[in-house]
Amino acid sequence: MSKASASLLPKTFRDWFKSRGWQPREHQLQLLATAKAGRSVLLVAPTGAGKTLAGFLPSLVELAEREPRRNTVKDKRGVHTLYISPLKALATDIARNLEAPVAEMDLPIRIETRTGDTPSHKRARQIERPPDILLTTPEQLALLLAHREATDFFKDLRRVVLDELHSLVTSKRGDLLSLGLSRLMSLAPQATAVGLSATVREPDDLRRYLVPQREEKADLADLVVVKGGAQPDIRMLELDERLPLAGHTASLSMPAIYDLIRAHKTTLVFVNTRLQAEYTFQELWKLNEDGLAIALHHGSLDVTQRRRVEEAMTAGKLKAVVCTATLDLGIDWGDVDLVVNVGAPKGASRIMQRIGRSNHRMDEPSQAFLVPANRFEILECRAALDAVHEAAQDTPDARIGALDVLCQHILGMACADAFKLEDLYEEVRSAAPYAALTWEDFEACVAFVATGGYALRAYERFAKIVKGNDGLWRVRDGKVAQQYRLNVGTIVESTMIKVRLGKSSRARPGSVLPRGRILGEIEEYFAETLTPGDTFLFAGEVLRFEGIAEDEVLVTRAASGTDPMIPSYEGGKFPLSTFLAARVRAILADPFEWDRLPPQMTEWLLQQRRRSIVPGPRDLLVETFPRGNRFYMTCFPFEGRLAHQTLGMLLTRRLERAKLKPLGFVANDYGIAIYASGDIAARVAREPGFLDELFSEDMLGDDLEDWLAESALMKRTFRQCAVIAGLIERKFPGEKKTGRQVTISTDLVYDVLRKHEPDHVLLRASRADAATGLLDVKRLGMMLERIRGRIIHKPLDRVSPLSVSVMLEIGRERVYSDNADEILAEAEAALLDEALA
Amino acid sequence: MTALRKTTQATHEIELSGQLALLDLSGGLYLPAHDALLVADLHFEKGSSFARRGMMLPPYDTRETLSALSDVVSRFSPRVVIALGDSFHDIGGPDRLGQEERSTLESVQSGRDWVWVTGNHDRILPDSIGGEVLEEVTLGSLTLRHEPAAGEQAEIAGHLHPVGKVVMRGRATRRRCFLTDGKRCVMPALGAYAGGLNACDAAFKPLFPKGFTAHLIGTERIFAIARTMLCRD
Repeated sequence: MSKASASLLPKTFRDWFKSRGWQPREHQLQLLATAKAGRSVLLVAPTGAGKTLAGFLPSLVELAEREPRRNTVKDKRGVHTLYISPLKALATDIARNLEAPVAEMDLPIRIETRTGDTPSHKRARQIERPPDILLTTPEQLALLLAHREATDFFKDLRRVVLDELHSLVTSKRGDLLSLGLSRLMSLAPQATAVGLSATVREPDDLRRYLVPQREEKADLADLVVVKGGAQPDIRMLELDERLPLAGHTASLSMPAIYDLIRAHKTTLVFVNTRLQAEYTFQELWKLNEDGLAIALHHGSLDVTQRRRVEEAMTAGKLKAVVCTATLDLGIDWGDVDLVVNVGAPKGASRIMQRIGRSNHRMDEPSQAFLVPANRFEILECRAALDAVHEAAQDTPDARIGALDVLCQHILGMACADAFKLEDLYEEVRSAAPYAALTWEDFEACVAFVATGGYALRAYERFAKIVKGNDGLWRVRDGKVAQQYRLNVGTIVESTMIKVRLGKSSRARPGSVLPRGRILGEIEEYFAETLTPGDTFLFAGEVLRFEGIAEDEVLVTRAASGTDPMIPSYEGGKFPLSTFLAARVRAILADPFEWDRLPPQMTEWLLQQRRRSIVPGPRDLLVETFPRGNRFYMTCFPFEGRLAHQTLGMLLTRRLERAKLKPLGFVANDYGIAIYASGDIAARVAREPGFLDELFSEDMLGDDLEDWLAESALMKRTFRQCAVIAGLIERKFPGEKKTGRQVTISTDLVYDVLRKHEPDHVLLRASRADAATGLLDVKRLGMMLERIRGRIIHKPLDRVSPLSVSVMLEIGRERVYSDNADEILAEAEAALLDEALA
Repeated sequence: MTALRKTTQATHEIELSGQLALLDLSGGLYLPAHDALLVADLHFEKGSSFARRGMMLPPYDTRETLSALSDVVSRFSPRVVIALGDSFHDIGGPDRLGQEERSTLESVQSGRDWVWVTGNHDRILPDSIGGEVLEEVTLGSLTLRHEPAAGEQAEIAGHLHPVGKVVMRGRATRRRCFLTDGKRCVMPALGAYAGGLNACDAAFKPLFPKGFTAHLIGTERIFAIARTMLCRD
């Protein structure tokens, strides 16, 4: 052991390391040194590097050396170290892992967790007698900071440990946490922050996030980087059989995946969507003649079922787990020696984080296979392999703090204590995502919290926060504070609805009673599109939708051998990253690159070149061709499904205006196909500039505005902002709808607000979300700029090899249309048919 | 007749208990035989009612509802307007009405008879609000009331805020609607913040034991949709 470590580590700790046969690692000592120097630090390390211990070691050392707590009522020592994790389960897991060294060294340290599951008496006791180390989540931190006792609770805080920081900062939760952090640093200026992160593209973004930002100058936390160990051993799974042109099930690869599972100790099979997880799990079990312990894990499964899988995994009882992003984050699952990623990798950093889950020991290479499900995914896998090889990263840009989150925070701060507007503004701007917040926007948020912030000042007398004669803002009464506590947090999307297995009624044959067990939860909006009789995959089986009873989805088991009718929903949640998309276009454009692709892929591209064109890396290929009695237009921007959906919506509006009678479109991650009853090719031939006009950037002006007025996606975005900002109360999943419960449709509010105050802060917040979220307008804008003057039109007399892949999505994917009258006309026609029959 | 010609685009003819009724895109219903325009569930001042409890909804719902009301009234220019109850979201509503909204309401009311049928949200209405306050109105064979009465009735009512949801090949739309079996009609709510109750809800069943047709209000016209084509939420 070096001298430096000897001076940093007390004897108890050195002995402990020795007793375990360990050496303190370099970065663990570096973190001890930065803590001694009173500096904040970002630790970037691959999984298995002892990141967590590194993050806590300085706290353990300090707590071990500090004067023991006197067990008297007078000793009101506040919490020493606060640990924030994105997952409740992770906080509990880490608490367990910390108990070991603390018990083995017999340190006088009290460690507790505080999550949504913590009973109220324990919460009260924690405030009364704060633990030395508290492990919690961003939402719980917000609640603690809004507590009247927050000042005392945090006054002695020395360290904040932010785990999985790379994942936290990419969402509104990260915005909320940054604001919480800014308050913590005001309450405890002596505290420092430690960020634990996987490798990211811009570590400086995270370094800024960790320390208070001051005027004109970006302060950075220190940086400690642990270099990854051995190069990962990662390959694409190649089959002799031809992959289909579309689809995400990878059914052909299942036998090969099964063989891989059999040949390894423990395998994690990652997939992109819940549906893929269900499918893969089912297919693997069909092959499972050896009765291998293969389990399923995704966010919609019932909690107890998930816990059972997690426990079995930790105990080493499982051979494989098929899972979604819910297992992306760093819970330690023991001896995983193989990771299989089924379907498109979507992003380079994402795939590397997943691969990092195998061999939780740094010095052994991770073993991984990428399994493409269709031919386009071969390209994507190739691009991802190259990226992994170069260790290129494509984590998203740093966020600009959302205004709806700020509104929530302002109310929370008013609940904690009276504040001066200027002081809170300065504090908020010390949070990196809000460093550029203008005074006007801040004031608008305060006005929103107080009275809704409308130009028509109708609600002054109902104000939630009021400015007193002393110039300080206070919350009006305890009821407002209670309202805040019920609505805290930024996760809204999960309006989930329980799925219950029904039993056929004996008394009334044909009817189904809600007597079975709960299978899990599905998204409410998915349930809304189901009609009785529809079959879909869930919890590893094919279920028949029977209806919605009260607040539960009632299902029965479909007869064995039934194929699910609802083929897919919400495809991949993550669009293809801009970085991988560019690489895919580059591979496609360069025939020399084709040699590195499997032969079936090369053959397909050669066919495309013969029959049409293979576009250059910056070009947009637009193909038109007739089929049946319709005219088709396909294009391949490679900008991800979300941007393509928006593009499709806007293009159909424009085609409508050009009297080409568009009928609908489908989109996937690579391109879109629009079909119309008007001849698009003939129009292009007649009007040479037609396509340039059609794809011109001004579609992001009035056309976008018009569409946003009625877009269901925009309304969903608005709803999320409205809930986060506290305009309306959160609806709790599973909460019974009683007659007395007052609800208001945010769609109606959206319509009214849009009409009367189009620049209201909530609409601005929703538009900012739409730019990067469900509508991905920002990316669409970048694409339109890129292809300006580079549109290549290829009129064809039949579908090209490239276009077939998108065309196959028709009937598989939803056909998009927001035109209510069209849907109604179709339903009305059905009535007429009935009448005439 | 001029009024009729002007409104053919926006209206949809049905027969109700032997009378001609025009269903309007606004959610209003016009009875030509009585030159009467019916509107239901305006829920004026719902926004401020929520604001009292800390939910600061945009305070423009009353003017939005008034603008729709004023538009349909000027198109039909009826002898009498009958509001079928829950015209105000709560009893304090009329007092919270802004000055501008109050004068708009007055101008809509002027030159014609005006009847406020009381509803469960507005059992009491002050005289200052103008017009006549009644519990029920009879027009020929039809009774007009807020809450549909039990049993078979020739009536036009509101209260339930019916909306119909249609899903065609995975595309869904949910719109306000009139429900009728040719004898009874339940009107949609006209209020800007008045939500809706799905027409498949059990509450509608006893009112239409032999089923109903839903007239869904689309963007540009009204569509007659069979009960079997409607979905639950």
